[in-house]
Amino acid sequence: MTPTAIPTRFSPLARLLHWVMALAILAMLFIGVGMVSTVSNLRTLLLDIHRPLGMLILVLAAIRLLVRLTHRPPPLPADLPGWQKAAAHLSHLLLYVLMIAQPLLGWGLLSAGGYPVVLFGAFHLFPLVPQDAALFALLRAAHGWVALLLFVTVLAHLGAALFHALVRRDGVFSSMASWRPGNGGSA
Amino acid sequence: MLGVPAGTRYLLPKLLLIGAVLAVFAGGFAYAAGWLTPARLGQDAIVDSLEDNHGVVPGFRRAHAKGLCFIGSFAANGQGQALSRATAFAAGSVPVFGRFSTGVGRPDAPDGVVTFHSLALSLTTPDGQVWRMALDDTPIFPVADAAAFVALQAATTPDPATGKPDPKALGDYLAAHPETQAFLDYMRDSPIPSSFANGTYYSINAFRFTDAAGQTRFVRWRFEPEAPFAALDKATLATLPRDALFDEVIDRLAQGPLRWHLLLTPAEPGDPVDDATKAWPADRPSVEVGVLTIERAVLEDDGPCRDITFDPLILPDGIAASDDPLLAVRSGAYSVSFTRRAAEGPHPSALASDPAAKELKP
Repeated sequence: MTPTAIPTRFSPLARLLHWVMALAILAMLFIGVGMVSTVSNLRTLLLDIHRPLGMLILVLAAIRLLVRLTHRPPPLPADLPGWQKAAAHLSHLLLYVLMIAQPLLGWGLLSAGGYPVVLFGAFHLFPLVPQDAALFALLRAAHGWVALLLFVTVLAHLGAALFHALVRRDGVFSSMASWRPGNGGSA
Repeated sequence: MLGVPAGTRYLLPKLLLIGAVLAVFAGGFAYAAGWLTPARLGQDAIVDSLEDNHGVVPGFRRAHAKGLCFIGSFAANGQGQALSRATAFAAGSVPVFGRFSTGVGRPDAPDGVVTFHSLALSLTTPDGQVWRMALDDTPIFPVADAAAFVALQAATTPDPATGKPDPKALGDYLAAHPETQAFLDYMRDSPIPSSFANGTYYSINAFRFTDAAGQTRFVRWRFEPEAPFAALDKATLATLPRDALFDEVIDRLAQGPLRWHLLLTPAEPGDPVDDATKAWPADRPSVEVGVLTIERAVLEDDGPCRDITFDPLILPDGIAASDDPLLAVRSGAYSVSFTRRAAEGPHPSALASDPAAKELKP
């Protein structure tokens, strides 16, 4: 059996998805929290962006999950304290769960609330769940809380990434931020 | 234990920099959320102003709380396609449901008051697109924007001691808002329809209609009744039974369907398309684009109109919002009202205990 190469970087596709989705998710968090804070005409524009962007993130997240399951990520540094390794794995798992749950919650709350799920123009999605006011209330509340949780998790993730980049300088940041092709694997 | 390599230089400045980056993101998020600017009017503030004015009755809409569902159809004649590519205007009939309501804030309020008579409608075309409308029986609205709406609610909040608004607060508000005074004058001078059946229902706001060639025009619309107009006697309004208007339309529908004609009015240059307090000249030509037929009434408790919201920004392709500030205000306020009442759960409607409505029980 050929020994598998140990990568030092994420695959180019994983890196591309990460940065595109980082921008999209950050934009979504700001758009989402902003659109419910105002009744100016900005609200209408933000809502019109919110739905299709949410579905785009869901599609990209599904692709990304597939990539993650089929491409071995670079290992964390051996000298990283155990609790930080655990925190890294847990927070990444949480990010995957939240970035997939949140658009599903949004799709679900519109469906339960009897809204059409319009993405753009005449294109709309089918209802994800049956119309039900109590379910709508639950999903609507969950969507709001998950947004805050996702934001806090993203901030923690960003802070840890900068800690690796500026303080530890251990290659973790460049494993995702590198422009180089391939995944730097060596047996 | 912290994973900081020995000999790391400038540790504290680096940690401060990381903290600063996170603070900028958190601060930006807080700003976007409106937490740093309490004066920003959000959708919650609009509904709070209604709740502060007339209290909360759990499970009910925060305005237009008293209502009755109906089922019917809309038959388009194809003429509307000259103004909009929306498939709702293609000749043919589509099923609709909707809601009659009065503008009152409490579901058990009496019908014999000076208030809006309103028609809300949901229209679904065969391609699955949805158009929702919320229409009042006046061509103009008392306020033009969110700030005035909130101020109006505050100024008309009944003083617990007198049961009426504080005259000074109301007077100050009206002095600052001639558009509301104009609306009050209109209500004073205009007859109140004697029935939901003979009211004309207006879109209030203008919308952007885009035709198949891509041309966009501003359009207001109205539903004109086939039932001949008759007026309520304003002098004896207070003597009307509590559910008189709803009983009356339930009775009419038992006799046969009710019809309205949908007329679209395109704006001409100079018409105020972003101000719902200003009517357009009465001689603006209109296009008749179809007939709404209401066939039967259904109690909210059993009907399709309670567990949804008639958000006027639920629009098909070919119709879009104008820049009228009230559209975003309405969409946001209805969203919050719906979220709050959905969490409160269903409660029996006032009409559920109305003997005249017992025929409607399934």
